[in-house]
Amino acid sequence: MIKWIAAGVAAAALLASPVLAAEKIKIGFVTTLTTPAAAIGNDMRKAVDLALEHIGGMMGPLEVDLIYGDDEFNPQKGKQRTERLIKQDNVDLVAGYIWSNVLLASAPTVLEAGKILISSNAGPSQLAGKRCNKNFFNVSWQNDQTPMAMGEVLNRRGVKTLYIIAPNYAAGKNMVSGVERTFKGEIVGKDMTTWPTQKDWAAELSKVKAVNPDGVFIFYPGGHGPAFIKQYQQAGLEGRIPLYTVFTIDSISLPRFQQAGMEGVLGTSMTQFWAPDMDNPQNKRFVADFRAKYGSYPSFYAAQSYDTIFLIKSAVEAINGNIDDIDAFRAALEKADFDSVRGKFRFGNNHFPIQNFYERVVVKDSDGNWTTSVRDAVLVDHQDIYAKDCAL
Amino acid sequence: MTFALVVEQTLNGVQLGILLFLLAAGLTLVFGIMDFVNLAHGSFYMVGAFFAATFAQWTGNFVAGVALALPATLAVGIVVELVAVRTLYARDHLDHVLATFGLVLFFNELVRLVWGPEGRSIRLPVVLDGSVDLPLGITYSIYRLVIIGAGLMVALGLYILVNRTRIGMLIRAGASNRTMVGALGINIKFLFTIIFGLGAALAGFAGMLVTPVTQAEIGMGEQILIVALVVIVIGGIGSIRGAFIAAIITGLIDTMGRSFLDVLLLTVMSSNAAEAAGPALSSMMIYILMAAVLFFRPQGLFPPRGV
Amino acid sequence: MRNAITSRRGIVTLAVFAVIASMPVLGPALGQPFYVDVFTRVMIWGIAAVSLNLILGYGGMISFGHAAYLGLAGYTIGIMSDAGIDNGFLQWPVALAVCGLAALVIGAICLRTRGLYFIMITLAFGQMIFFLGVSSDRYGSNDGLPIYSRSEFKLGGAELDLGNGTLFYYVTFVLLLASIYAVYRIVNSRFGMVIRGSKSNEARMNAIGVSTYRYKLTAFVIAGVMCGVAGVLMANFERFVSPDTMDWPQSGEMIFMVVLGGIGSLFGPVLGAAVFLLLSEFLSNIMESKNIIFGPFLILVVLFARGGVNGLLGSRAERRG
Repeated sequence: MIKWIAAGVAAAALLASPVLAAEKIKIGFVTTLTTPAAAIGNDMRKAVDLALEHIGGMMGPLEVDLIYGDDEFNPQKGKQRTERLIKQDNVDLVAGYIWSNVLLASAPTVLEAGKILISSNAGPSQLAGKRCNKNFFNVSWQNDQTPMAMGEVLNRRGVKTLYIIAPNYAAGKNMVSGVERTFKGEIVGKDMTTWPTQKDWAAELSKVKAVNPDGVFIFYPGGHGPAFIKQYQQAGLEGRIPLYTVFTIDSISLPRFQQAGMEGVLGTSMTQFWAPDMDNPQNKRFVADFRAKYGSYPSFYAAQSYDTIFLIKSAVEAINGNIDDIDAFRAALEKADFDSVRGKFRFGNNHFPIQNFYERVVVKDSDGNWTTSVRDAVLVDHQDIYAKDCAL
Repeated sequence: MTFALVVEQTLNGVQLGILLFLLAAGLTLVFGIMDFVNLAHGSFYMVGAFFAATFAQWTGNFVAGVALALPATLAVGIVVELVAVRTLYARDHLDHVLATFGLVLFFNELVRLVWGPEGRSIRLPVVLDGSVDLPLGITYSIYRLVIIGAGLMVALGLYILVNRTRIGMLIRAGASNRTMVGALGINIKFLFTIIFGLGAALAGFAGMLVTPVTQAEIGMGEQILIVALVVIVIGGIGSIRGAFIAAIITGLIDTMGRSFLDVLLLTVMSSNAAEAAGPALSSMMIYILMAAVLFFRPQGLFPPRGV
Repeated sequence: MRNAITSRRGIVTLAVFAVIASMPVLGPALGQPFYVDVFTRVMIWGIAAVSLNLILGYGGMISFGHAAYLGLAGYTIGIMSDAGIDNGFLQWPVALAVCGLAALVIGAICLRTRGLYFIMITLAFGQMIFFLGVSSDRYGSNDGLPIYSRSEFKLGGAELDLGNGTLFYYVTFVLLLASIYAVYRIVNSRFGMVIRGSKSNEARMNAIGVSTYRYKLTAFVIAGVMCGVAGVLMANFERFVSPDTMDWPQSGEMIFMVVLGGIGSLFGPVLGAAVFLLLSEFLSNIMESKNIIFGPFLILVVLFARGGVNGLLGSRAERRG
C-alpha cells in the first residue's frame, strides 16, 4: 500500500518538477486501470509510456505532461475523471477511452469545453455518423469494419453456413451486423449471450453441434475469449468446425492460451487493421522496444495508444507548439502526417481512419512464443459506413 | 430439436445446477444456523479458483492443485469468520449486507494486487480434456461429467454429515432453535466457525471445479453469488434439501431458456422480435422464476421448520 | 428539529449545508471550480439516499434495488428527449409517474415477504430492470443513451435554463431541501408513526388493527418517486443514462450512504452521500487500489460506528430501534 502511495507521490513529484523555459502540453489519458479490464488499460499505459520515452518527453517545443485517469470500467466514473481532467487539471486535450459507453458519456464534457478529444480505441457509430464532431478524432477503427473484413474472409474460404455467438450488448451487436453485412452465405444459428455474466457456453455449443455449420463466428473480448475457446475444445468441436473470431484473440490473451496448452488456437484466423509483424520501421521499433521493456508482445490496444501520442506530436510540431490556436491544431491533426505502426493512413471526413484491414493468423514466433502474423489485406482503404451521415 | 440435443441440454442444466448447489449449500447453512447474510460468499468461490490455479501450476497437476486449494480456502474462511464475521452475528441483516459488501470490495482488490488483473487458467489432465461418446449419438465433455459426479458426491456427503453425524445433529438443531443448542452447553462459537469454514470450502470447491471450464477471474464471485442467492431464496432459506432442488431447477430453467426460448418465441412472434426478446428474456428468466415463487410462497419452496 | 439547531450535530449539519449552499461561489474562489460538479453530484445522490432512508431507516425495508428508479427516471427523460420531447413540464411528471408505477408493482409483490427474502426480491427486480436496459437496442443497450438536450422549462417568455451550472446547482439544492422536508413531514405524521411502528414491531401494529401492508406500500411508492427526482436531475446533469446506473452495486452504495450518514436520521443520508463521494474522489486521486481501503472502511463503520456520521456527532435521540 505504502509502496503505491510512494510511487504516486514520486510520479507526481516527477511530473511537477519545474523545467524552466519549456512550455507544456497537458494531455489527459483516460483508460481502465482497475477491475479485470485493467489488463487492457495497463497495456495501453505501457505503450503510452514507451511512446513518451521514444519522443523524449517533448512534442516540438513543448514538454509533455501526461495525466492518466481511471474510468473504473464504468461510464459515470469515466465521465467524472474526464471532468476532473478538464476542469481541475486544465488539460489541453484528452485521449484514451477503451469503452464506447465511457466515451459516449464523457465526450460532451470535453467537446463543450472546446478541447480536442482523441479516442485510442472506442469507435461508436454515433460519433462516426450523425454525432460526429470537428474536435473528435479516432485513431483506431469503427466497430463495424473489422467484422466486415471477417465476412469477406469467410466468403473467400467458401463458408456456406455460419453459426454466430456473441454477447448481447452494443459492441456485440455491431460485430454481428458487421459480419452479416458482407457474409454471402446462410446464417444457420445465432445466440446472443448475457454480458458480462455468462461465461459458460455449454447450451450454445450443444446447439452448434446439432446444427453442424461450416464455420462458427464469435466475438468475445477480454477474459471471455480464452474461456470460450477452451470450452469449444472440451466440447469436441475444435478441428471439426473452424472458428473465426474478431477481437477475441490478442496479445493479452495469447500468453494465457499458451499457458493453458491450447494448441488448437494456432492457425486460427481473425481480421485486424494491424499486426505485430507488419513491416515498417515505426512498427519494428515499437514492437521490439515494447518486448524488450515489458517482455510481451504489444496488443492492438497498445499499438493504437502508441499511434495516439505520435499523432499528437506530429500536429504540435506542425504548428510549432502554438496549441492555443485550436483551428490550426485541428487542421494539423486532420493531416495525420506521422508514421503510424500500421503504415500510412488518412482521416475521413468524420475523423475516423481510412485504412486497410488484414487477415491475421495465430503463429509461433522463432522463440516459440505465440503471436499473430499478418496475411493478405482483405479490405483496402476502407472507410466506415457511417461517414456519409457525418456533416463535416 | 433432436432428442440428443434435449438430453445434452439437460446434462448442461444439471451441471450448472450442481455448481449452484455447492455455493448455495454453504450460503443456506450459514443463514439457517447463524442467521447471517453473507454477500462475500462469492469471494470464497473466487479465492478458491485462484488458489487452485496457482497450486495446479506449482504441482503441474489439477487434482493436486484442488487438494491443496481446499484446505487453503477453508483456512481463509475461518480467518474471515474469526476476524470480521464473528462480531456481526448479533447485528441485523442490514449490517451483514454492508459489512460483507465491504469484504467483497476488499477481496477483489486483494486478488488484483496478488494475482494481477488478467485472471488465471488451469490446464486439465489429458484424460479429462475432451469429449466422450455416450449412447444415442450424444458426445459430451468428459470434464463436465466429472463436475456432475463430484458435485453429487459432495451433496451425498453433506446429506450424511447433516443426517448421520453428531455435528449434523447440532446443525439441524441450530437451524430450528439456536438458543436451545447454546443452552445445552454446546460450544456454539466453535460450531459457527466450523460451519462458516465448511461453507467457504464448498464455495471454493465450486470455484475450483469451474476454473478449467471458464477461468479464475476477479469479480467471478459476485456474478454467480446473485444466482446462488436466488437459489436459496427459491429453495427456502436454511434448507439444504431446498437448496439442492432449487439449484437443479434454476440450472435447468436457465439452460433450457438459453437453448429453446428463441425457437419457442418464433412460434408466437416475428423473427426480428424474437431475436430481440429471446436473449433479454433468457437473462431475466431466473429472476422471473424467483419473483413468481415468492409471489405464491413468500417463504420459498421448502421453508425449514422453526425459522 | 427545534432543539437540534443548538446541538453539536445541529451545528455541524448547518455548517455542511452552508458549505453546500455557498459552493458555486466558494469553489471558483478557491480555484476549484471542479468542486461545483462534485457537490452537484453529492446533492443528487443525497436526494436518492434521503428517499431510500424513508423506507430503510424509518420503515426497516431494506431495498436492494433502489438504484432502479434512478435508471427508470433517467431513461424516461432520455427516451422522451430522443423522441423530440424536451419540455420539462412534460418530461419530469412522466418520469416520476413511471417511477411511482414501477414502485407500486414492485412493492406490491415484494412487501409480501420480509427479512432476507425482501432484500433478495428487491434485488431481483432491480436486476430485471437492469437487463431490460441492457436489451434495449433502440436506446443504446449497455452503451447507454446520450441525452443531447436538457429539459426545457419555458413559461411565456421566461425560461429556466438548466444548462446554467449555477442555476442547476440551486435547483438541485432546493429539491434536496424539499425532499428532506417531505421526509420530516411524513415521519412525524400519523402515517409515519405506522411506518416506524411497523419497523419495531409489525405484529403489534397488526394486532391493534392497523394493516401495515398498505402503509408500507405507500411509503415504498413515495420513496420510489423521490428517488425518481434524483434520477431526473442526474439525467439532466450527466446528460447520459446507461444500465450501469441501475446495476446492483449502485443500490449497495446507496444503502451504504444511508448507513454511513446515520440510518433513520433526517440529514444523515446527505452527510453520508457527501462523505462517501468525497472520500471515493479523494482515494481515487491518490491511488489505484482504493477499494483495499474502502472495503475495510465499510466494515469498520458497520462494526464501530453504527449511528454513522450522525451518531458520532451527538445524542442518540434518533438512533434506530
